[in-house]
Amino acid sequence: MAADLRLIDPFITSQPSVIWQTFQRLLKDGTLLSHTGITVLETTASFLIGTILGTLIAILLWWSDFLSQVLDPYLVILNSTPKTALGPLFIVFLGDGMKAIITMALTISVIVTVVMVYTGFKGVDPNKIKLVRTFGASRLQVLQKVVLPASVPTMIAALKVNVGMAFVGVIVGEFLVARAGLGYLIIYGQQVFQLHLAMTSVVILIITAALLYRLVSCLESRFLRWKE
Amino acid sequence: MVSPVPKVEIDHVSMKYLTLEGETEALQDICLSIAEGEFVSIVGPSGCGKSTLLSLISGLLKPTRGRILIDGVPLQGITHKLGYMLQQDYLFEWRTIYNNVILGLEIQGKDKRSIRRQVDDLLQRYGLWDFRHHYPHQLSGGMRQRVALIRTLAINPDILLLDEPFAALDYQTRLYLEDEVATILKGEGKTVILVTHDISEAVAMSDRVIVLSRRPGRVKADIKIMFAAGRLMPFATRKAPEFRHYFNRIWEELDIHVEGTPASKTKQLPGQGCPNPGTCPVPEENPPA
Ligand SMILES: Nc1ncnc2c1ncn2[C@@H]1O[C@H](COP(=O)(O)OP(=O)(O)O)[C@@H](O)[C@H]1O
Ligand SMILES: [Mg+2]
Repeated sequence: MAADLRLIDPFITSQPSVIWQTFQRLLKDGTLLSHTGITVLETTASFLIGTILGTLIAILLWWSDFLSQVLDPYLVILNSTPKTALGPLFIVFLGDGMKAIITMALTISVIVTVVMVYTGFKGVDPNKIKLVRTFGASRLQVLQKVVLPASVPTMIAALKVNVGMAFVGVIVGEFLVARAGLGYLIIYGQQVFQLHLAMTSVVILIITAALLYRLVSCLESRFLRWKE
Repeated sequence: MVSPVPKVEIDHVSMKYLTLEGETEALQDICLSIAEGEFVSIVGPSGCGKSTLLSLISGLLKPTRGRILIDGVPLQGITHKLGYMLQQDYLFEWRTIYNNVILGLEIQGKDKRSIRRQVDDLLQRYGLWDFRHHYPHQLSGGMRQRVALIRTLAINPDILLLDEPFAALDYQTRLYLEDEVATILKGEGKTVILVTHDISEAVAMSDRVIVLSRRPGRVKADIKIMFAAGRLMPFATRKAPEFRHYFNRIWEELDIHVEGTPASKTKQLPGQGCPNPGTCPVPEENPPA
């Protein structure tokens, strides 16, 4: 509408009606599905790897008194800095190509997960641990029966943060060097001045991100049923 | 009767806590011998080391000095013979009531079908059967406390350590549960060590009441509770003629001061340390000898 009335330049911003047409065209020739599929796959893989790896390292830290004593102060400081402040780090390392960016994205999401989950572990009520110890629980049982289940909310929170981070990482990676994916489609659209293509991709990107986030929320309500 | 090895023996036990602020001497030279099947209550001013004493007997803490023997064997860490009910319920909010109750069984690898029938029985007896699939936040304080009790009973320990198990309950529920618990535990010949701040509860339920002094806790008095009518249920005990005598004795030993007034002048205030003054026995002027 705004574009039809010449309020904004449709050449630069594109317009909803054309986006809808482009969307239908791309859907028909299969381009859309394959590119979206690739982006979703890359994103899912990296946030899952980030969360799982981060959680494993957090468990290791919790288990080893030595490691936790050495690293504890640093982790506390890291945890108190806002997670989004790590965003600019992506840009600093932008020049280094695909591998670097994926590694960077992954590294950051692993660190964020370690800090969040480990802080969650430390926050578990010591009296709950005392309780299972009255039953003679081993260290492994303390982990299994108390520390891990009590930290499920934290782990899901970490997963949510990681979805965002993984998306940024993957899209930036695709911008730069990829031959496929939504990020590639956006850049390609811009380079050949097919802004409809670029904008359509952006819209799809937003929808995909929202869907992924929704998925994690579903997971959350499934695992946290006891919270009402 | 052969004089048997005491079930629990506390042999010159002292406990000091070391903290960054300094050291706290919680218990000093405690000696106690508790026979199998005995029901012993421990009373004392708050902060005198009652919970600490239970933690020591449970093996969670190591005494600074002295030793503790269970069935004549020095205690080494946690033993499955003991069930320890902590001062608060600490139910796991992510587990259903049923799964909370079987927590100890899971940990001790006793989670067998035959034991499950026993657990079902306990849940029914304590009126929690219909709530077994609920989560803790859906239960009242009294119900949660009962869940914690069943969780302790489920592992079927010889010795029970109960830390103020009825403190959070309303008066009616408390009287009812005291009867229930005493019936079950005495019937099964369990050895029970109960910490309480309620004198009438201690007299009503126990064979023996130990009074601890202010911190550092020492054994100040060791009073055998006996009734002419024999061993009574707690509720009946409260009506027995000797009840007031024991109540007063312990009251005096506790030496509770209210704003600097000596205990002898304050002891007739009704309802001291009692949740429901109207129903508490008021100590008499001249207790029976
Ligand atoms: N873990 C601990 N570290 C240091 N001091 C403690 C610890 N636990 C208890 N204390 C101190 O020991 C004393 C006895 O505590 P506690 O056994 O809980 O008393 P009660 O159960 O009789 O109220 C208190 O003064 C308390 O502050
Ligand atoms: Mg206490």
